[in-house]
Parts: sequence; structure tokens; C-alpha cells
Amino acid sequence: MNRRLFPWLIGLSLVFFVVAPILIVRAPLEQEMGLIQKIFYFHFSAWMAMYLSICVLGISSAQFLFRRKPAADRLAVSAAEAALVFGLMGLITGPIWAVKSWGVWWNWDARTTIALILELILVAYLLLRSYGGPGSDRLAAGLGMFAMANLPFLYISTNIWRTIHPPTSVVPTLPVDFGIPLWWSFAGFIVLCLALLTARVRLEEQRATLDRLYLALEDE
Amino acid sequence: MHLGDMTEEARRWRRAALVLLLIAGLGGLAGQTVGAAQPAEQSVPDGFVPMDDVPPEEQLPAAPLLAAAYIVVWVLAIGYLWTIWRRLGSVEKELAEALRRVGETDGA
Amino acid sequence: MSRFLQVAWLVVRKDLRVESRNKEMLLTTLFFAVSCVLVFSFGFVRGGAAIEGSASGVLWITIAFSGTLALGRAFERERHHDALRGLLMAPVDRPAIYVGKLVGVLLLLAVVEALVVVMIAFLFQAPLFRHGWWLLTLLSLGTIGFASVGTLFSAMLLRTRSRAVLLPVLLYPVTIPVLIMGVSGTFALVQPDPDLVLARVWVSLLFFFDIVFVTLALWTFEPVMTE
Repeated sequence: MNRRLFPWLIGLSLVFFVVAPILIVRAPLEQEMGLIQKIFYFHFSAWMAMYLSICVLGISSAQFLFRRKPAADRLAVSAAEAALVFGLMGLITGPIWAVKSWGVWWNWDARTTIALILELILVAYLLLRSYGGPGSDRLAAGLGMFAMANLPFLYISTNIWRTIHPPTSVVPTLPVDFGIPLWWSFAGFIVLCLALLTARVRLEEQRATLDRLYLALEDE
Repeated sequence: MHLGDMTEEARRWRRAALVLLLIAGLGGLAGQTVGAAQPAEQSVPDGFVPMDDVPPEEQLPAAPLLAAAYIVVWVLAIGYLWTIWRRLGSVEKELAEALRRVGETDGA
Repeated sequence: MSRFLQVAWLVVRKDLRVESRNKEMLLTTLFFAVSCVLVFSFGFVRGGAAIEGSASGVLWITIAFSGTLALGRAFERERHHDALRGLLMAPVDRPAIYVGKLVGVLLLLAVVEALVVVMIAFLFQAPLFRHGWWLLTLLSLGTIGFASVGTLFSAMLLRTRSRAVLLPVLLYPVTIPVLIMGVSGTFALVQPDPDLVLARVWVSLLFFFDIVFVTLALWTFEPVMTE
């Protein structure tokens, strides 16, 4: 199933990414920040893709922990890697935007800090899976659920803590000219996320098949 | 697994990668040609010096930074896909080898 | 429910009894915490005056470090002689074992924190006792948040190789929000013009965090510990 789905997904995301720069270039210049604000379309979309991946990680971790479905475990590790990649995109594009717009690379405001923390949790998850030895898939599933439980604190923090980031309500009120390239990029990133997940799950499935084959060979 | 498919898949991967690289390059060019429209004024968070007070020569140019940000996104996406492809390739090679051995022991 | 608490209390009592015989964990953790505070004071106290805001940071870092040390050994006794399997085979609610272990760790950390708070108030000249009840609430909630996650992870990693390294690697990122809330809350209490409203906000957030993570830990303890 994945082999047929992946080319469509990657092709679709290609379409989104080809058209996106055109839409972004045509979008109006934001009054206060000017040209550099255009990073927003990819920066915001990358974070949304990361949130989606973390939700997938949390839910599939729960499925694996409580229902013991091996497919859920494969999806969980794929979602963790995808979240790491999108998080990196956000953590790199953010400071590039910040250095121009605020004059500093990093300022420890609430949202950027917790985004960094989430990235650390994902690295910890992947380290556990690599070096935890047998049984680490279930332990990692527990950790995955904790990662997802941390998400609401990221969202709430922007509204309660003093922060340089715009409050979360700014996105729904964007004027249409800004909205179109934003939602286009957002859709592109979501499709890319699905494509990456599909490819990565495929890798896990092949590994599982290989393990089964080796076991079968040992039995003979 | 079919080795013939693998090379087909490899070709598709390479094509996708090249196309994405091309688009990244075009995107970068497009960003550059938009022009050096500098921000009219900056929002002023607490504790930071407003950028308007800094003369234009000392301000960072926005367009290369914008291009850098977009290129980073593409490089990360393509890079990750490439690592998946590499790992998938080695697993499929091992899989083919294991299947061959299973075939041998079955035949024997 | 009372059976659940009974089991938890049995686990606490067992740990206390074993600990009272040689006091190894208590003394080593206390000494480590004291060394921590001393080392930090060498770094942050210049000419008799501490760097502003350092007291709250040092307090919570010391709690985090000593806590990790204590948590790393919380299940240490159960590793030997298959004691863990015996414990898990008992016909009791598994989460009750978790609660028992958690209470044991909290008791240990309470003693450590009592000493550490006094030391920091003294060495850093921080008015930690000015709003004593607020600080007590903050410390209790923060320690519960930290220890609840730590006890689960420590149990999870019991049979894992590289567990000594993996515990801090897993624990710190997940509990950084607790530390941030604790430090910010303590700073709000300790600063020259204390901000009780802000402190209340942090306390509420910590309370919310504790509810979520203790519940999550209780929920996942059983499936994670099953063979």
C-alpha cells in the first residue's frame, strides 16, 4: 500500500512546493517587518507539521503500549523522526527570521524555549530506541505519550507568559492576501509530512520482514 | 523483493531529488529578484534596540536570509528523504540476500 | 481504594525500613546536594553578594540533580535477586507499587530540600522564608511533578542497559517545564518586590502539570512494566 501511496504524496507535495514560492513572492509585504516576514509561511507550516507528527507519535505510542499493535510502533518511530526534521526546520528558520527582525539569534522566550525542549525530547526518544536494548520500543512508547502530553503547555504558554512571539490568535485573523500563501504552504508541509511518514514506515516494515526472515533462517 | 524494481525506484528517487534541487535553486533566485525592500519600521520588544535607530549599512540584508531559510527547509527535507532511501537500500539488499538463503535451504 | 493505599503504604514502609538500616541513600543524596550548592555558590557568589536571581536557579538545579541521583537508585534494590519480579507478581494493583515508590522518593527529597533551602538562604542571602507557605507549596508541587515522571522512567529503565545515562537523557527534557515554573515562581517570591500574583499563576500551572503527569504515569506504569 505504501509503495503506491508514496509517489502520489511526494508528487503532490512537489506541486505545493513549486507553486509556494510564487504565491509567497506575490504576497503583500508586511508593514512592520517587510521582506523577512515571508519566512513565516514556511516557519509556521514547519511547526504545524511538527505538531502533527508529535500527535501521531503520541497516539501511535498509546496504541502500541495498550493494544500491542506492531504497526503502531513502526508509525511511532517514523513520526518521531519526521517531527525531529520539521522541528529542525522551525528551529533554523526561526533564528534566521529573528536575527533580522529582532536583532538577536535566540532570546529564550516561552515558545521558542519549549519548542527546543520538544526537540530534545524527540532526540531522547530516538536515543532510547537506538541504545535502549530489547524492550525499548515499549519504553519509548511511554516517553512518546509524555511528549504529546507536553504539547498543551507549549500552546498555553504563549498566551500566559510574557513573550515576543505573536499571540496564537493572530493566525485566524490574517487578511486574505496573507492567508492564501500561508494555507498553501501549510497544506504542502502536511502532505510532505505524510509522504515522509509513508517512506519511513516502509523502511520499518522492511526491517520487520528482514527480522522475521532471519528468525526463520535460524530455526532451520 | 524485486531487484529490477529497486533500480526503477532508485531512478525515481534521483529524479525527484534533482527536481527538488532545481526548484530550490529557482526559489532562491526568485527570492533574490524580489528586491531589497527594507522594513519600514520594526516592532520593539522589551530590552531590544529598535532597528530604525541603526543606520541602513549596519542592518542585515533581508533577501539572502529569506533565501537561506527556504534553502534550509528544502535541504532538510531532501536530506531526510535521502537517508531513508539509503537505509531502505541496505535493508532491501539484506532482504534479497536472506530470501536467497531461504530459497537455498528450501531447495536443499 | 483503601487496598490500593494499603499496598502503597506497604511499599513505602518496606523502603523506609531497609533505608533506616544503613541510611546509604539518604546520606549520599544529602551530601551530594550540599556539594552541589557549595559548588554553585563558588560560581555565583561574588564578594559576599550573590548574582541576582541565581538563588532560585541554584535551588531547582540542585533539586533536579539530587532528584536524578535518588531516582536512579529508587528501584536499585529491586534489581537484585529478582525482587522486582516478586513485587510485580504480587496480586496487587501495579500502580499502587508506583505510588509507594513515588512517596518514598518524595520523602527523601523533602529531607534534602529542607537542608538545601536553608543552605541557599544562608549562602546566597536569599529571602526564601519571606513567603514560606508559598515556597513550600511551590517546592511540593514541583517536586511531585519531577519525581512522578522520574519514578516512572526509573522503573521503565530498570532492565535497560545504559540506564544510568539514559535516565537523565529522558528525564530532563520532559521535566524542564517543571523546572522553569519552579524557578520562575521562586524568583517571583524572592525578588526585592515580590509578585504574589505571578507566583500564584506558576503554582496553578504546576498543579495542572502534576495532575496531568501523575495520571499519565499511573496509566502507563502497568503496560510499561509488563513483560
